[in-house]
Amino acid sequence: MDFNFTQEQTLLADSLRRYLAKSYSLPARRQAIAAAGGFSAEHWQAYADMGVLALNVPEAHGGLAAGPGGNPLDTLVVMREFGRGLVVEPLWMSAVVCANVIGLSGSDTQQSALLPALADGSEVFALGALEPGGRYDFNHVATTATASGDGFKLSGRKAVVLHGAQAEHLIVSARVSGKVADATGVALFVVERNAPGLRAFDYATVDGLRAAEITLDGVVVPQSAMLADETHGTAVLERTIQLAGAALCAEALGIVEALTDTTNEYLKTRKQFGVPIGKFQALQHRVADMLVCVEQVRAMAYFAAAKVSLEDGEARRNAIAAARASVAEASRFVGKNAVQLHGGMGVADELIVSHYVKRLTMLNQTFGDYEHHLAQYAEAMTA
Amino acid sequence: MDLNPSAADRAFREEVRSFVHSSLPASIRDKMLNQKKVSREDTVCWHKILYAHGWGAPSWPVEYGGTGWTAMQRLIFDDECALAGAPRLIPFGHNMVAPVIMKFGNQWQKERFLPRILAMDECWCQGYSEPGSGSDLASLTTTAVRVRDAEGDHYLVNGQKTWTTLAHWADWIFCLVRTSKEGKQQAGISFLLINMRTPGVTVRPILNMHDIHHVNEVFLDNVKVPSENLVGEENQGWTYAKYLLGHERSGFAQIGFHKRELQRVKDIARQEMSHGKPLFDDPRFRAKIAQLEIRLQALEIMGLKLIWDQEQGKPPGPDASIVKIFSTDLMQAIGELAVEAAGPYAQPYQPEAQYLDFAGEFAGPPYTSGLAATHFDNHKYTIFAGSNEIQRNIISKMILGL
Ligand SMILES: Cc1cc2nc3c(=O)[nH]c(=O)nc-3n(C[C@H](O)[C@H](O)[C@H](O)COP(=O)(O)OP(=O)(O)OC[C@H]3O[C@@H](n4cnc5c(N)ncnc54)[C@H](O)[C@@H]3O)c2cc1C
Repeated sequence: MDFNFTQEQTLLADSLRRYLAKSYSLPARRQAIAAAGGFSAEHWQAYADMGVLALNVPEAHGGLAAGPGGNPLDTLVVMREFGRGLVVEPLWMSAVVCANVIGLSGSDTQQSALLPALADGSEVFALGALEPGGRYDFNHVATTATASGDGFKLSGRKAVVLHGAQAEHLIVSARVSGKVADATGVALFVVERNAPGLRAFDYATVDGLRAAEITLDGVVVPQSAMLADETHGTAVLERTIQLAGAALCAEALGIVEALTDTTNEYLKTRKQFGVPIGKFQALQHRVADMLVCVEQVRAMAYFAAAKVSLEDGEARRNAIAAARASVAEASRFVGKNAVQLHGGMGVADELIVSHYVKRLTMLNQTFGDYEHHLAQYAEAMTA
Repeated sequence: MDLNPSAADRAFREEVRSFVHSSLPASIRDKMLNQKKVSREDTVCWHKILYAHGWGAPSWPVEYGGTGWTAMQRLIFDDECALAGAPRLIPFGHNMVAPVIMKFGNQWQKERFLPRILAMDECWCQGYSEPGSGSDLASLTTTAVRVRDAEGDHYLVNGQKTWTTLAHWADWIFCLVRTSKEGKQQAGISFLLINMRTPGVTVRPILNMHDIHHVNEVFLDNVKVPSENLVGEENQGWTYAKYLLGHERSGFAQIGFHKRELQRVKDIARQEMSHGKPLFDDPRFRAKIAQLEIRLQALEIMGLKLIWDQEQGKPPGPDASIVKIFSTDLMQAIGELAVEAAGPYAQPYQPEAQYLDFAGEFAGPPYTSGLAATHFDNHKYTIFAGSNEIQRNIISKMILGL
């Protein structure tokens, strides 16, 4: 047993934190959001230079990972800092989610064709896994892949694909056989965003990101675009979504820590009734409870990182469901009370507090919300 | 005890329902029911329709042109209006400053202000909070100095108010100002009515958590206010201010509003699919709605009791604090459940879609487009009108004697 991060991880976290504290103030973040594509090319390049886009990419393909899935603790360290920094660039989607889909499913040829550009940040990738009417069920795939020439023709729609209109490449699930919600028969394809028949309807999200509805209208892809065939698609997706989930727990950790710090600081400086409001025991207890929640999130973010590489699929699924449900539960308390204890300032656009809370709320319902994960855990639970 | 509506109450419900259905303009209704932006004109328009029907001030006594309704009738009226999609009446005039003017104002003030509030010819806002004085309202520093000179008898007001809801819609602001620095802080406060068009009044918008412009900063820079605009006596403003807060808080039951928002959650849950079935058919989700609906039933009785007490001549007291806590927590829980119901489509943000005439493409189902913004905006309910922590302080001191 060891709770220490490695020296490399600590150094990476420190340099990221310093960079973001210096260059990623709230006004800088607003600028990034207002930029074309909804994120800053300059910051993106900086992350690439620091190597954080390559953490989930195998060494053989231009990355820093020993194998597919990367090192979940490296990802945790980075996502935590990105949470604190409230970063809008598509690191999670491209360098965690998509790096893993490709790493877990692509042939050597596919990996070497795609991953170097992902790892050096020159190209962005996005995954379209969910569909309208399917809620958080990634087996709900109505998009079809039908054989066409020596490739496939894809038709369907992918819902709320984060950074979907900015990504050069989209990875989509499509059904080769079976019925809409069957757990098998789903394959994964890489599609170029400017492929004929692909339409990306781009929009902002409430938490400062961009997303798109991706419509595929008979998009023709070659055989070489298939990352996982219909016997592997579901398993790869499941594993990817678990890795993505573990990373979101770490992002939540960065946010709840920052919110609790900021709130604590505010209680020491804001005066009412002639004293800092932190003198009121009602508020002392509330931040104390927030801190308890932060430790709950930390425990479960660590837990998720520790369990996300388990070979036992059921144990892994339960662990991630537990982590995500627990993180969502504790996050809600922290977010709500961070706003509350700031009084009117808490609901103002001017302070970072409300921006943190919006992101925290949304990340806790990305690829599944509290109820989804709780139900998943409860269904598998033994008496 | 009899808590059930009488035959007359049921008939009254029918009367209100058919009136609202036939008189509420469809464009306003559609905005409200679809979480679209409602303009000042919309709100004024609806108020004037009510006024023309004799219902301009549901909570006022008959002698001032009110309806003289019973507690049950007021609840029914709020219910029917909210469910039908009527905008909420701006409370600052008829529900806040008016009761103060009725009780503490002079004859001239009653004649000058009340009819215009009733007819919605003038819109009001509330100038209590200041940057340094939120929960600790009595510490406020906006000063009013009485000057009698060649130009007459007036107050010279200097200072800043903040979080002023709808100041950008208002013709008048009622302000708490400091007229004395002697003795206890509370003993140096006066209640002043200020015309927003007076030179020296500047309104600057504050953007809230979701890019919505509802609140403002109001700067008062050498504003000359005729001394006839002082309500009651100088340095007695704190008493009036507290009287007003009681009315503000008792207006918080908002039963009809809750019912409408809970209905929205049900409607969403019927349309959203989860594992091939409507979300509404998921027993877990249904139980969550049920939990809130049951809480709402409790709130309805609590709210009725509060208005009934007032009807018996008991001014709103610390029990309004209990209702405020219960009601605002419920309001937030309903908004949160709506976001949950929307699933992945809670995340898109299309500000253009706040307008009823938006003809563009929606990211997801149109009913999801305003849910997250509303949920984030709901955070304010536990903060304003005395934060819920302050309400707990009031309860523990005034009711529990701690
Ligand atoms: C959307 C919105 C609309 C508003 N509209 C108006 C308006 O129209 N007119 C107007 O005058 N004001 C308005 N307000 C202001 C509102 O009344 C104040 O925000 C509120 O009184 C809290 O004050 P504050 O924001 O300064 O927070 P603070 O008083 O600084 O409070 C910060 C935190 O400390 C807590 N706290 C403070 N004192 C104590 C204590 N003694 N014990 C325990 N906890 C304590 C509070 O509960 C809060 O959690 C509005 C506010 C909002 C957010």
